[in-house]
Amino acid sequence: MADEPGPEVTEAPPAPDPDHETMLAALRAGLGDDAVLEHADAFGDLVVRVAPAAWRDAATVAQRDLSCDYLSFIAGIDWEPAAREGDEAGGDTSAPVQPTERSYGAAGSAGRFQVFAHVESTSRPRGLTLKTDVDEDAPSVASWVSVYPGADWHERECWEMFGIAFDGHPSLRHLYLPSEFEGHPLRKDFPLLARVVKPWPGLVDVEAMPGDDAPAEPAATAEEPS
Amino acid sequence: MSTTGESPVPSLTVERSSMRHLADAQVGVELDTGDMILNLGPQHPATHGTLRIVVRLDGERVVSADPVIGYMHRGYEKLTEFRTYPQVTTLINRIDWLSSFANEVPFMTAAEQLMAIEAPPRAVYIRTVLTELSRIATFLLFLGEMGLQVGALTPAFYGFRDREYVLNLIEAATGGRFHPNFNRIGGLKDDLPWGWIAECRSTMKVVLDACDDFEDLVLGNEIFEARTQGIGIIPASVGAGYGVSGSNLRASGVDWDLRRDRPYLAYPEVDFQVWTHPDGDSYSRYWVRLQETREAARIVLQCLDQIPSGPIMAKVPRIIKVPEGEVWVETENPLGQMGYYVISKGATGPFRVKIRSASFSNVSTLPWLLRGVYVPDVITILASLYFILGDIDR
Repeated sequence: MADEPGPEVTEAPPAPDPDHETMLAALRAGLGDDAVLEHADAFGDLVVRVAPAAWRDAATVAQRDLSCDYLSFIAGIDWEPAAREGDEAGGDTSAPVQPTERSYGAAGSAGRFQVFAHVESTSRPRGLTLKTDVDEDAPSVASWVSVYPGADWHERECWEMFGIAFDGHPSLRHLYLPSEFEGHPLRKDFPLLARVVKPWPGLVDVEAMPGDDAPAEPAATAEEPS
Repeated sequence: MSTTGESPVPSLTVERSSMRHLADAQVGVELDTGDMILNLGPQHPATHGTLRIVVRLDGERVVSADPVIGYMHRGYEKLTEFRTYPQVTTLINRIDWLSSFANEVPFMTAAEQLMAIEAPPRAVYIRTVLTELSRIATFLLFLGEMGLQVGALTPAFYGFRDREYVLNLIEAATGGRFHPNFNRIGGLKDDLPWGWIAECRSTMKVVLDACDDFEDLVLGNEIFEARTQGIGIIPASVGAGYGVSGSNLRASGVDWDLRRDRPYLAYPEVDFQVWTHPDGDSYSRYWVRLQETREAARIVLQCLDQIPSGPIMAKVPRIIKVPEGEVWVETENPLGQMGYYVISKGATGPFRVKIRSASFSNVSTLPWLLRGVYVPDVITILASLYFILGDIDR
């Protein structure tokens, strides 16, 4: 808007956080320069992408050298764009329309699947998000259970939700879902079954308000439910 | 029958040493009968819902315990991908249903950070007050209910009674006792009603008195101490590795509180103490939560004194599209660390939301923690960990 003050015009790019530099240096020293692929600052949180082969060592370095003794979570990401209305894969008219081309978030990705984890220190204000790429055809990555015992359940959840196996995990079995469940629900090509059984009536038409300069997107409105 | 001659009854004297061996053998056989499998739950009252724990017993002692979760799994991480940002609030209200308001705050903060919107100061203060009220409501229930698990009925009635005062306050401000759905991106739905602040001040006095009651009633009690002291000890390093957080970790002596160490909302502007206890047992978890209830009441009173006037909503576009990016927001919720890792692709809804809930990690210690304890202690340990099933199953 033209009448709003624009502080971002004069704002200089923020200086790199000194603690982020320390953490990156320690990761490079512990894993080797080649294993630390990319890094980014996501709203003050350091995101580092490491090579898949260095995934378990990254946990060891984080725990030993960075004093990140606390495991917050381990989870997966599927960067595949979500199926939409009209797609052959079946779509959902109620879901917010996401971009159709694939793009990757902070610190990038080599392919469709990624595993990411957040570790923190309980002795100093410090946290770190680690990411690694997972091969789409044979999704598998090293387990963290030997470093952080709490990784057990997180990896079981990630395995059943994304189909990503964790090498060295003591017992990869279903956590939330029944043991006979087939498929990996958090993958983007897994439909939301409730919406397949009974289609959502469609988005509500948003009427343009007198103050609006442009009418609300007509493209976003779905067909009238018959 | 002849009564003469040798008695037909054989002599009962046997060598004592052989008897003893026989007895020893008998004991050995009984111990070797194999372990017993006991199903705790899924409907056990100590589990606050449907948590099933398959316990393998050797006599009264637990050999191994395997929690079976998922009876309440609702798939919120999937559902968030089919909702717009304002609609997600309805879902995340139901993660930890005892402190729903506190669940909303980190998600709204995440969306606000991505959109570069800041909630006005008054909204920030009201959020702080309501978050602490949720904490008080959650902990008052715990303080009473923990007594119930060791056989003391009275504290439970006090706990439920006093929590009701706090829930009335939350209802008066938001319209909902359990699921306020009160946060908006950029602020709050409404301002506080007339007279609410005075009402809240007097209720905080009730809460502080209630804490004194619980201290007198429960903490000094011989039975309570016998059932909880030295039981269910979580060492600090193990707790951190498992991702145990909140009061459970502070009861193990870890001085870590996100309200102080990762300041958010209005916490930098109020004065409060972070309580820790060195023991790490069930007793210390109760003790820490009792102190934190008092501390929460103090925070509320300070916030009410300092609350600024002004608007409660920032300027927000009517159709909310969140720019591309990803952000991790964590807060200190009543049950522990709650966090959302939100990945946005510039649409009206999130692309992926990882929900990090406290109880999930707290309960994942159970296979380690329950090994070697006695069956009755399982119940007190479960109660002292204090989890909500919705927070485990999501």
